[in-house]
Amino acid sequence: MADETRSSAPAGDHSGDRPDRERRPPRPGGPGGPGGREGGRKYFRRKKVCKFCVEKIESINYKDVRLLAGFVAESGKIVPRRLTGVCTPHQRRLSTAIKQARNIALLPFAGRAS
Amino acid sequence: MNRTYELMFIVRPDMLEEDQDKLISTLETAVTSSGGAVKSVEKMGKRRLAYVVRRFHDGLYMLLTVEGSGGLIHELERRLRVTEPVIKFLTVRIDEEQKRLDKIKAIKDARRKQPPAPAPSAEPASGEAAPVTA
Repeated sequence: MADETRSSAPAGDHSGDRPDRERRPPRPGGPGGPGGREGGRKYFRRKKVCKFCVEKIESINYKDVRLLAGFVAESGKIVPRRLTGVCTPHQRRLSTAIKQARNIALLPFAGRAS
Repeated sequence: MNRTYELMFIVRPDMLEEDQDKLISTLETAVTSSGGAVKSVEKMGKRRLAYVVRRFHDGLYMLLTVEGSGGLIHELERRLRVTEPVIKFLTVRIDEEQKRLDKIKAIKDARRKQPPAPAPSAEPASGEAAPVTA
């Protein structure tokens, strides 16, 4: 499967950018198939996408505890970008909002909300 | 120089209803007397605090949206600090964020009014084939 997409890309079109390529639905089946060209890679890791870009959430407000709680670990820490896939501008706003929410006791600084 | 701020504060959970109203009205008069305007008042009700504040586990959340200068906010914060039932407060400036959101919305609306752009795909533009494939 992986070979198929790679070969189709140069042949298919003349224009350089194809924005719809990124937004393909996740491929069914986990492993990329044995005997592929990339020998060492056993699992296909789905590309993480920024939730705020995909769902077009513009405002990240400190009052929206439900939304923010999804980006806070059990310990109360802010989950890093490399784990959640949030893009840099949104992570910046997100961390500001989480810190504001912590200040007004909507989110815990450490540990679970008691 | 008028700016919009959001004042969120928490009062102790056993505060009486009339005392809450009294506190809010004193804050409102403080705002109007120094040339500001109260845009909205909202009692968000009782909520469990994420951590213990002054030995309280719950608190009554209030939200005040205020338009005014920085000096007014300074005065309001001083008042909240000396008011005994208020256990925590937070002031956030919201006008710049609102401006940004309005801008995004305006762009989005302008884009929507125009006829929708042809689908960005490699296939040749033919009126009849597009609906079948899509």
